Amino acid sequence: MSVRETTTLRWIRASLAVFLKDWRSELRTRYAMSALVMFVVTTISIILFSLGGEGASPEVLAGMLWVVIFFAAMSGLSRTFVMEEERGTGMTLQLLTPPGAVFAGKLLFNLVLGAGLTLLTVVLYAFFINGFIVRTLSIFLLTIALGSVGLAAASTIIAAIIARANTKGTLYPVLSFPILLPLLMTVINATRLASDGAPLGEAAGEFQILISYIVVVITVSTLLFEYIWKD
Amino acid sequence: MALRLVTHGLRKAFNRRIVFENIDTSVSEGETLLIAGRNGSGKSTLVKILCDVLSPSQGSVDITGAGPLNAFTRKALFGLVSPYLQLYDEFSAMENLQLAAALRGLHGDARIHEELLARVALDPKRADPVHGFSSGMKQRLKYALALAHHPRILILDEPMSNLDADGMTIVRGIMTEQRTRGILVVATNDLSDIDVHERKVDLNVRA
Repeated sequence: MSVRETTTLRWIRASLAVFLKDWRSELRTRYAMSALVMFVVTTISIILFSLGGEGASPEVLAGMLWVVIFFAAMSGLSRTFVMEEERGTGMTLQLLTPPGAVFAGKLLFNLVLGAGLTLLTVVLYAFFINGFIVRTLSIFLLTIALGSVGLAAASTIIAAIIARANTKGTLYPVLSFPILLPLLMTVINATRLASDGAPLGEAAGEFQILISYIVVVITVSTLLFEYIWKD
Repeated sequence: MALRLVTHGLRKAFNRRIVFENIDTSVSEGETLLIAGRNGSGKSTLVKILCDVLSPSQGSVDITGAGPLNAFTRKALFGLVSPYLQLYDEFSAMENLQLAAALRGLHGDARIHEELLARVALDPKRADPVHGFSSGMKQRLKYALALAHHPRILILDEPMSNLDADGMTIVRGIMTEQRTRGILVVATNDLSDIDVHERKVDLNVRA
């Protein structure tokens, strides 16, 4: 086996180790999962009570779905980096593994957590909120999939930036909002198209924006992470 | 070619506060470098820079005689024991060792891990979560973690911190062994921690 192959294998192994460590740690502590589930359940309950059985327009319902997902993500997806800093294990990770492997592992963890969060929100939202109808399932599923990847990708790098700040809790949504705004506007628009029953081709522009957003965020994050991670 | 760790004009400042500057030193295989200084003199900061977990404001740390280095092989050169290095408390001692190996991109060898835990007298507690460990037991586990990959440069920051008499004896054995197989760097304000040293950086003089 060549040196390059060995190094590539070590990168993969180290990235998976970061992911599995976070996952096992999460299963034992329920640190992020509890916050996410409680946030989604509470927010959907409040929306349910405030609507009081009356319907709302597809635009409003599509927007509210992503408001729930955005703020739930803000309450949970930063934990992966914040926990390392709060427990002082960030330096242990720095000592043991290269920054690229840390970022890849943390991104993978947030992708899985973000997908679970989005799925839970969509299922509860569709079940409880009157008037939320999806007429073009293909647009909706693609929007949910791409939106959750974009949200996880942007949340991961922002979490790395704010993890060492004193005002993490406040800074995270404040810093995330402008970065996530193009993503949120696009997914809200695509969700509205899915509710209106638009053909798949009509949402092509939205999907192009979402894919471009994901590629740009992951590329920039990979390039910048080492400078963010190391003092 | 023997392994050599060399610093060139190291300077570290946090905002306008200069911690140290003009640190030029070198240490070769078989030698010990003592970093001495009182509390707050910058010993731990210098240790972090040597381990490549903190960037210097100026200057560089070079390693020669280790062959071509990549992101993994450079990190594998170092083993660090320090009070500020934290363990994953929700995992057991054995799981921490397996995790450290995996994070280095290696397959952990359970037999070696068990031997290491026996050496630091933690083998009866190998399956217990670390959050139940005393500070001395955690310090012992840090030694097992630092030695698991046979580092050629072992850096000990306050090496006897939290250890009882038995623990100190174990650490003296580890230090003696390291001198025969690589570079030992010891940062301490208690000179009784270390018997011999060939090189010294005194941060009190520079402060």
